[in-house]
Amino acid sequence: MIRLSFGDRVMTVIIYMLLTLLAFMTFYPFWNALVISFNSGMDTALGGVTFWPRAWTLENYGIVFNDARLLNAFFISIARTAVGTATSILLTAVFAYGLSKKELMGRKFYMVLCIITMYFSGGLIPSFLLIRELGLMNSFWVFIVPSLVSVWNMIIFRTFFQGLPAGLEESAKIDGSGNWGVFFRIVIPLSGPVIATLSLFTAVYHWNDWFGPSIYISSEGLLPIQTMLKQILNSNIVSDQLAQLDSAAQGQLAKMRTVTSKSLSMATMMVATIPIVLVYPFVQKYFVKGVLIGSLKE
Amino acid sequence: MPQLTTGKPLKMKPQSKSAFVRFMKQIDIQLMVLPALLLVIVFSYIPMYGVLMAFQDYSIFKGFLASPWTGFKHFEMFFESPDFYGVMRNTIVISLLKFFIGFPAPILLALMLNEVKNMMFKRVVQTVSYLPHFMSWVIVAGLVMSMLSTDNGSVNILLEQMNFIEEPINFLSLPELFWSILVSTGVWKEIGFGSIVYLAAIAGIDPSMYEAAAMDGASRFKQIFLITLPSIMPVVIIFMILAIGNLLNAGFEDILLLAVNPVLRDVSDVIDTYVYRVGIQNSRYSYATAVGLFKAVISVGLLTMANYIARRAGSSLW
Repeated sequence: MIRLSFGDRVMTVIIYMLLTLLAFMTFYPFWNALVISFNSGMDTALGGVTFWPRAWTLENYGIVFNDARLLNAFFISIARTAVGTATSILLTAVFAYGLSKKELMGRKFYMVLCIITMYFSGGLIPSFLLIRELGLMNSFWVFIVPSLVSVWNMIIFRTFFQGLPAGLEESAKIDGSGNWGVFFRIVIPLSGPVIATLSLFTAVYHWNDWFGPSIYISSEGLLPIQTMLKQILNSNIVSDQLAQLDSAAQGQLAKMRTVTSKSLSMATMMVATIPIVLVYPFVQKYFVKGVLIGSLKE
Repeated sequence: MPQLTTGKPLKMKPQSKSAFVRFMKQIDIQLMVLPALLLVIVFSYIPMYGVLMAFQDYSIFKGFLASPWTGFKHFEMFFESPDFYGVMRNTIVISLLKFFIGFPAPILLALMLNEVKNMMFKRVVQTVSYLPHFMSWVIVAGLVMSMLSTDNGSVNILLEQMNFIEEPINFLSLPELFWSILVSTGVWKEIGFGSIVYLAAIAGIDPSMYEAAAMDGASRFKQIFLITLPSIMPVVIIFMILAIGNLLNAGFEDILLLAVNPVLRDVSDVIDTYVYRVGIQNSRYSYATAVGLFKAVISVGLLTMANYIARRAGSSLW
């Protein structure tokens, strides 16, 4: 063991301190939001709620889970994430498998077409007008169809497929399987990790997308939770909820308004965060690999 | 245009069948590719073609084909508009701030993490610092608003307890603080995730170099500058080129969500949010497309220039 010099020991201590500070500063906002969501809104408004709830309550969540609009938005998000991820991964994998075949006519041309889209795009307005021309406004399919093919994922899939041993496919072909058969019976079962990685990334994208719906969807029944949450944070909806609550609580003034817009939006935020936190351990297991495959291609 | 088969080493007979026959013979793999390719063409190439409406007076009633051509009218309108100066200044200042602070930050974190020998501690820091990357900007903006709010905002509580301030400050309504808040939030969200590539590059360094340096009496601090940094330089340069190409992407979702207060308009409006505002919200489609195209042209120029400089320095993107 080489002994550390005094200067190095000082450096090590400073690094540990800085990293602890970073971890704290990253974790604390989530924790504080969680604490506020379990604290009575009236009490939070007095200030000073930081590490632990002072007036514990489930009331905030009670209101969130009784709000039909929020529940609906939550289910829209789940449906979008499930359908969007499954269809996009399947189509992109098939696409990548086709492009991994050396005998494919036009292969180079197809690849160039794809790669150009990674560097150039039409931008916001032409895409917006296209979606409108296609009649996808205010339709669930606007969540699914435009993002069905991901060129980025295709390239990662393709690199992976090209690395599979050719012998496996050949033996399956001797047994009489066509290319589609080989794809579903041999290639897919061998691609577990790469499918898991890309599915997680795609699912996170779908769950988190709030901007698309904010311009393409105007009917409230189709808004996903993130877009709804954005409106809540900008306080359109909360005052509404509170007004309903006020009228419901008329007569029992004592019980009125222990929730505030802040406590409600924190509770909603936690509901929108939970799915990500739940899949995070799996994401973490795979994403380092995913990032590295991605950066090889850059 | 379909190409002929890529050359196989042994060709038993000359290509005699017509392209069509060969195409039909491999129709099964063509059918794997063509539907997806159609989607790429519809959702990527049609909008690219649609950019031409920047040179039109596009009207939704006439459609793209019948709208009159106007040359550079919308570009001139933008250059002469009263918004031009503010939008350009905000775009440039915010992107430079993000570049000079947001780009080195993950490298610094990776270097620090590399000095940590306690694996447990390292894993905890990594796990926590990667998390915000996976959160939507809505959540992140919500957390920032909550931290900075006057209603039980933790930052105000802290400052009050340390007696720096008497009254809670409404941070997100102060134009002079907006850039700092925006850039810090961006660093907060991406620093951990951005460090992954650099950590991987560091992991690839030959350990015997450190041993040799230690023999020669180089301190750990010196080893960072003499071994670690030079070894990851190629990766740093590639990411720097990409960052320069993205320089005009000053921000979009983050600005839309953090600059809710209208008093921030003067410091928060950048090209992308301006395109959104005049294009989607005010329906000035041709004008907004022209502004977006102006930005795209500068971005391509920046990327080419950065790559040219890097190539002369010995590494390149393509």
